[in-house]
Amino acid sequence: MKRRDFVQMAGWGLGGVFLPNIPIYGKEIPEAALLDNPFDVALKKQLADVALNAARSKGATYTDVRIGRYLNQFVSTREKKVQGIVNTESYGVGIRVIAKGCWGFAATNQMTKDGVAECAGRAVAVALANASIQGDPVQLAPQKGYGEVSWKTPVEINAFTVPVKEKVDLLMQVNDTALQLGASFINSLIFAVNEQKYFASSDGSYIDQDIHRIYPTFNVTRVDRATNKFETRSAFSAPMGMGYEYLRPRPEDKIPGIVTLYKQRYDILEDVKSAVANATAKHQAKSVEPGKYDVVLDPTHLWLTIHESVGHPTELDRVLGYEANYAGTSFLTLDKWKSGKFNFGNPLVNIVADKMQPGSLGAVGYDDEGVKCGKWDLIKDGILVNYQVIRDQAHILGLPASQGCCYSQGWDDVQFQRMPNVSLLPGKQSLSVDQMIAGVEKGIYILGNGSYSIDQQRYNFQFGGQTFYEISNGKITGMLKDVAYQSNTQEFWNSCHSICDERDYRLGGSFNDGKGQPAQSSAVSHGSATTRFNNVNVINTARKI
Amino acid sequence: MAILSKEDAQSILKKLLSFSKADECQVSVNASQGGNIRYARNAVSTAGEVSNASIAVSASFGKRTGTATINEFDEESLRKVVARAEELARLAPENPEYMPLLGPQQYAESIAHSAGTAAMTPESRAEMVARSLGAAKSAGLEAAGYLENNHGCSALMNSKGLFAYSTDSGVDFSVTVRNREGTGSGYTSQQYNDVSKLDTLALSKTAAFKATRSSGAKAIEPGKYTVILEPLAAADMLGGILRSFDARSADEGRSFLSKKGGGTRLGEQLFGDQVTIWSDPLHPEVPGDTWNGEGLPLTKTSWVEKGVIKNLAYSRFWASQKNVNPLPGSRNMIMLGGTGSTEDLIRGTEKGILVTRFWYIRMVDQQTLLQTGLTRDGTFYIENGQIKFPIKNFRFNESPIIMLNNIDAMGASVRSGSAFLPPVRIRDFTFTSLSDAV
Repeated sequence: MKRRDFVQMAGWGLGGVFLPNIPIYGKEIPEAALLDNPFDVALKKQLADVALNAARSKGATYTDVRIGRYLNQFVSTREKKVQGIVNTESYGVGIRVIAKGCWGFAATNQMTKDGVAECAGRAVAVALANASIQGDPVQLAPQKGYGEVSWKTPVEINAFTVPVKEKVDLLMQVNDTALQLGASFINSLIFAVNEQKYFASSDGSYIDQDIHRIYPTFNVTRVDRATNKFETRSAFSAPMGMGYEYLRPRPEDKIPGIVTLYKQRYDILEDVKSAVANATAKHQAKSVEPGKYDVVLDPTHLWLTIHESVGHPTELDRVLGYEANYAGTSFLTLDKWKSGKFNFGNPLVNIVADKMQPGSLGAVGYDDEGVKCGKWDLIKDGILVNYQVIRDQAHILGLPASQGCCYSQGWDDVQFQRMPNVSLLPGKQSLSVDQMIAGVEKGIYILGNGSYSIDQQRYNFQFGGQTFYEISNGKITGMLKDVAYQSNTQEFWNSCHSICDERDYRLGGSFNDGKGQPAQSSAVSHGSATTRFNNVNVINTARKI
Repeated sequence: MAILSKEDAQSILKKLLSFSKADECQVSVNASQGGNIRYARNAVSTAGEVSNASIAVSASFGKRTGTATINEFDEESLRKVVARAEELARLAPENPEYMPLLGPQQYAESIAHSAGTAAMTPESRAEMVARSLGAAKSAGLEAAGYLENNHGCSALMNSKGLFAYSTDSGVDFSVTVRNREGTGSGYTSQQYNDVSKLDTLALSKTAAFKATRSSGAKAIEPGKYTVILEPLAAADMLGGILRSFDARSADEGRSFLSKKGGGTRLGEQLFGDQVTIWSDPLHPEVPGDTWNGEGLPLTKTSWVEKGVIKNLAYSRFWASQKNVNPLPGSRNMIMLGGTGSTEDLIRGTEKGILVTRFWYIRMVDQQTLLQTGLTRDGTFYIENGQIKFPIKNFRFNESPIIMLNNIDAMGASVRSGSAFLPPVRIRDFTFTSLSDAV
């Protein structure tokens, strides 16, 4: 349906079935061009002022302008072949206005003064055309202008300065290792993102930001043609708000265990060895007996459960009904929040929203409507205490200001409320993973994220994983397969038995979280330590066809 | 920039090729314009208009290929984009799966463009949304919805003389109507190439009816049930099955179409006798492009006939390895239906469940295509040929392969998304738990 200037991974023969199907918005450009910065801040300010003035002269009472240069680099391989080296750039301006109390938005890649002024006029025309079908006029929380300010992701190594050859060589080494150890197939990739965003508003802010993210990952497949079965295991890396330093392993960032796990640095060559061993062992693993188990969830898995069952239902736009036609609404209705007593989880459960967490995907200085970012409680001692809010929603909660949760995936999409990093705080008592497992009589230890599904109000969910280990009488007794657990969000978080301490705390995250119409992607991290939940319903997912 | 005529596109592409010094070069141009309105709580929330255009150049020296694009169209920019692609090609490693470019091809004229859709304005979108809002407000209900239109052109040319050009358009509408108590919800969605087929009022009235009828749902036990899937629900579960018809994955042993011991299950009957599926870019209800990104013609293709797998998609590389003709994957899905409507299927059902829509469907097991997800926006219990009462939503765990073996009745096919398929009645559909969501 939608003709956009984008490259779809599958279109590059990148094995879309076996890797996340990531749309890469933008145009492809050579590597060297990524390091150019053809438009300095002064020029961006000039263009922004053209837009602000043009919109005001057409009748806008508020205007914000986002001039964006969005860079992606994507190196992908399978087995002994480099499948794609793609550099993309997308450059343009998105202008959002309020006119007659109604929002309007327009975007263009015509980056001349005339092009930008014309675009501002179209944004006002869209707002005026819709004034007849508006409800209450837009009410923006007050926001002081910051003047000219800037913010950068504190990267040690800008991934775009690392030669493509180094990335290709690393991935080919990963693939060779996997094939030598008996993998039938392997896909691997490194995805780097740089958002160069300039925001200006009629409040008097001119904010220049340089945001970096990186995602190295792979998927190993082991096929047995005699049984006609195949098993896979994907990487235990996390997408991070970091530079290429994430791929330079450090001993202090490794967590030993049944497989080695990683904190702020990732050892891809070590993890691929574990992955092949896991995919091989899965062929012999016992198919799970359905029933009630205590589940011990590693952060490589738990981030997704947090994302779906805590992150999304605390989005205020969902609570209010703005997402009703797409992702749905939320069971965390305003009456539950107002009561001050809604026990989302038991008192062990403390969940925070944090737009500043170092290394996280959501860390920025200012959001996409010019609000300085911060940190706040969502669930305090098990009780629902807050939501995720942007400027045109703050008055609904009686808040004096936005919480800075506004984001757009590019210059050509309108910004709206997106999830900040949402993380489970580690336990306050000293507790290691081994100690946690030692206390479980009948359980399953789950690592990595697998299939995931949750209803449109975020009550009923089902999650799979990458690897599953049976726990009997405090000991891991072997590998399981065909495992998924189903639960109800409130029941699940009230069944939280214990949380490992901060030594085990790690980030996981989603590089491409979808929301909105037209659908937009955002990147968000979720931190946790290994956590035990009691008496969870586990199903067997094997089928005969 | 305005949408390009065939002649203008040809002239830009020829100029690009004239700048190339590569062994082989492929150039393309895309231009699009579109707009949208999003609404919720019975009022518009966001709305916008976007226009964009770009050129892509892929240059190859031997088996080394580089690609670059640009969205400026002056001569200097055209020269620059070709030079950038050639520079990248020289830096790229050899691709052992490189396939030489295709020579000239014959394409059918696409029928996917509608002048009426291309002429939509912010005002016409606002009027269409106003009709939808009117349906909800007059029934004392609350609507949230989305309307989007796009139109554009694509053209492709290469140094071996291939040229392709097409235009298309699309309009996409969906609406969720809920009662104010939050106890009932209904949904409809529809896509067309031609906006004159879209009736936002009628669709919104259907959603409003479902919102009212689904209020006061009762819980029934999860388990195996006969289900009637409205076309939207059928498309949710079955509309994507052709994506799994990839020959390479099957040959590699990582597909449900892999054969034990090696090879594929092409030619085997894997589904019930009633199941016949094909794709066709010239189908009047679901028209699409008549060529793909490499310039291969897209034509009517049979994938399943009376339950037998008739074709698998072969990339040009994999076809060369297997000594067969390349066959591009499908862009749409057409499933042979029966006669009658969803209501006729209900009338013929002793006991069963009517599913109007599924939600959050995710693959659980690639080996069996097992999916999980939930019912949403109106689920009903049927007894003795009638809808008896609304029921609470279920989570399911079911495979489309099993479903295509358990069909016992079908209505007439209709468009749902990019699929044209019937409402179906299916035996032994597996619901695994209840959801409180409305």
